[in-house]
Amino acid sequence: MHPIFRNTARLGAYLAAWTFLAILLAALIRVPGDLSWGQALSVAVPLCLFYAFACLTPWYLCRVFPLGTSGVARLVMNHLGAAILACALWIGLARLLAWATDIGAALNPAVPQLVVAGFLLYLMSVALHYALLAVEASRESALQARDAELRALKSQINPHFLFNCLNSISALTSSDPARAREMCVRLSDFLRSTLGLGERASIAWREELQLARTYLEVEQIRFGSRLQVEMQVDDECAECQVPPLVLQPLIENAIKHGIATMVDGGTVRLEGHIEDGHLAVRVENSFDPDAPSPRRNGLGLRNVRNRLETRFGDAAHLHVSAQDNRFSAEMVFPCHRTDK
Amino acid sequence: MKLRAIIVDDEELARQILREYLDKTGDVEIVAECANGFEAVKAIGEHRPDLLFLDIQMPKLDGFEVLELIEPPVAVIFVTAYDQYALKAFDAAAVDYLLKPFSAGRLAKAVERARVLLSDPHPPALQASELAAAARAPGQTLERVVVKDGTKVHIIPIAKLDYVEAQDDYIALHSEKKSYLKQQTISSIEAQLDPARFARIHRSYIVNLERIARIEPYTKDSRVAVLQDGAQLPVSRSGYARLKELLGENV
Repeated sequence: MHPIFRNTARLGAYLAAWTFLAILLAALIRVPGDLSWGQALSVAVPLCLFYAFACLTPWYLCRVFPLGTSGVARLVMNHLGAAILACALWIGLARLLAWATDIGAALNPAVPQLVVAGFLLYLMSVALHYALLAVEASRESALQARDAELRALKSQINPHFLFNCLNSISALTSSDPARAREMCVRLSDFLRSTLGLGERASIAWREELQLARTYLEVEQIRFGSRLQVEMQVDDECAECQVPPLVLQPLIENAIKHGIATMVDGGTVRLEGHIEDGHLAVRVENSFDPDAPSPRRNGLGLRNVRNRLETRFGDAAHLHVSAQDNRFSAEMVFPCHRTDK
Repeated sequence: MKLRAIIVDDEELARQILREYLDKTGDVEIVAECANGFEAVKAIGEHRPDLLFLDIQMPKLDGFEVLELIEPPVAVIFVTAYDQYALKAFDAAAVDYLLKPFSAGRLAKAVERARVLLSDPHPPALQASELAAAARAPGQTLERVVVKDGTKVHIIPIAKLDYVEAQDDYIALHSEKKSYLKQQTISSIEAQLDPARFARIHRSYIVNLERIARIEPYTKDSRVAVLQDGAQLPVSRSGYARLKELLGENV
C-alpha cells in the first residue's frame, strides 16, 4: 500500500495540498477561458481530486525503476509514457466536466495551460516519489544497522567466558561432580536466556537482573573466593522495561577488567533503585589501577551507551568513574512499565 | 628423567585440572603453582623449572610479561581460553599451546614436544619480546615496560619513560632519573613503542617526544637533543629527519 494511506493525518495533509493546488489551477484557467471563479472551481476541484490519486501511481513505477540501477532510457520512456497517459486522462476529465456544467467550449482556450499543468504536476509527483523512496531506504538501512548491532551485541557472549567456564567444569568433574553439574545448569540457564532475547526489543528489569545474577553465579564458581558479590536492588523497579543485555556488559566489564586484575579479587557491587521515574543502576568494583588498559578499550561500555542513546536520547546517560582502586559505572534511564 | 614444571594460572580450577592430569602421567613433577605474574617470576627464579605452563591473562603481570622477565631456557606451554592474536604468536614461537578446555591426551602430546625440545643440546632461544610483539593486536602498542632488577620487578608506564639507550645486548630504560637494564634489542623495543610518541633519533637512542626541550647543533653534521631534565642525547642525520617529520620544521 502507498505510504500516504498509512495514516489519516498524512492523507489529510496531502489532500489539503491538492485543494490549494485546485485553487491555483482555477486561477490559471479562469483568465484564458474567461470563466467566473465558480465555473473555474467547479472544473478545477474535481479535476485535482482525481489527479491527487492519479499522482500516487508513480509510487509503483518508481519502485520498479529505482534510480541508479535502471537504464536511463527505459526510466525516462516509462515515466514519460505514464505522464502522457495521466495528462490525457486529466484533459479528458476536464472536458467532460466542462461539458457537464454550463462551461462547454469556453474551456478550450485554457487547454494548453491545462496540458502543461497536468504534465508538470505528474512529473513533480514522480520526483517527489523518488525522494520519498530515498528517505525510506535510508531510514530502513539505519534501522537495519541498529538491528544488526543489537544482534551482534546479543550474540557477543564472550568466547573467553565460555571456554573458561567449560574448563572449570572439566576440572570439577573429577574433584566435585555435584558442583560441575551445578555449573553446567547455571551456564545453560544463562545461554538459554540470552538466546531468547534476540527477538525482543525490551525486557523487564527483573529478567535482566536474573540474567546478571546467573552470570555472576557462574563466574563465582570460576573465580572462587576472589569474586564477592553484593546486591542492593529495590523491588520497585522490577517491571521497568529495559533494553535487553544492558546490564550484563557492565557486570562482565567489572569482572574482566576489575576482579580478574586483582590477585586477591574483590567485590562487585550492584545497586538499582527508582529516582523520579528513572531507573538508576550502579555497578561498582575494585580494580588494579596499574593494570594495562583493556585491549578492547571500553567496547562494551560504548555499546551500552549507544543503545541507551538510540532508545532514550538525552533522557538516559551512562557515567563511568575510576577513583583510587574503585571503578564505578552508573546508568540512568527512564523507567517505562509494561505497556503491552 | 622427570621434568620439573611450574603451573601459572590465576584460576584455582584451571591449576587443579593441570595438576590432576600431570599427576596421572607421572613423568612431570610440579615444583610450584602460582596465581599471578609476580609469584611466577619469583618461583621461576627459585626453582629453575624445565617446563612452564603459562596462562596469559593474569593479575599484575600477564603471561608475556612474565616471559620477558625470566631467563631462558625454559620450555613454555601456553594455556589459554581464546585469544586470536596470541594464537598466531604461539604458532610462531611457543613450544606448544593448550586451548581450554583440553584433554589429558592433548596435554601429554604437549609435554612430549617439550621433552624433545629440552633434550636438544642447542635449543632455539625463545624470544619473549618478539613473541609478545607478535601477540599484540594490529595497531596496539606497548603501554608499559616490565623490568627485573634482582628479585624486584619494576613496571614502567610508557608515559614515564624518558628515553631508551642501547648498551650491547641490553637496553637501558631511563625513567624519572633512574635507569633500568633489560635484555632486549633496541630495534625490538622500537617496534613495540607508539611511533607517534617515540622516535629513534640515533642508532642507539629512542626518545619520548614529549621530553624533548630543544635540539641544538653539535658538530657540522650532527645535533643533540636536550631533554627537560637536562640530559643530552645524540641525534643522527636520519634521526633529525625523522624528528622534523614528527614535530614539524621548527625543531
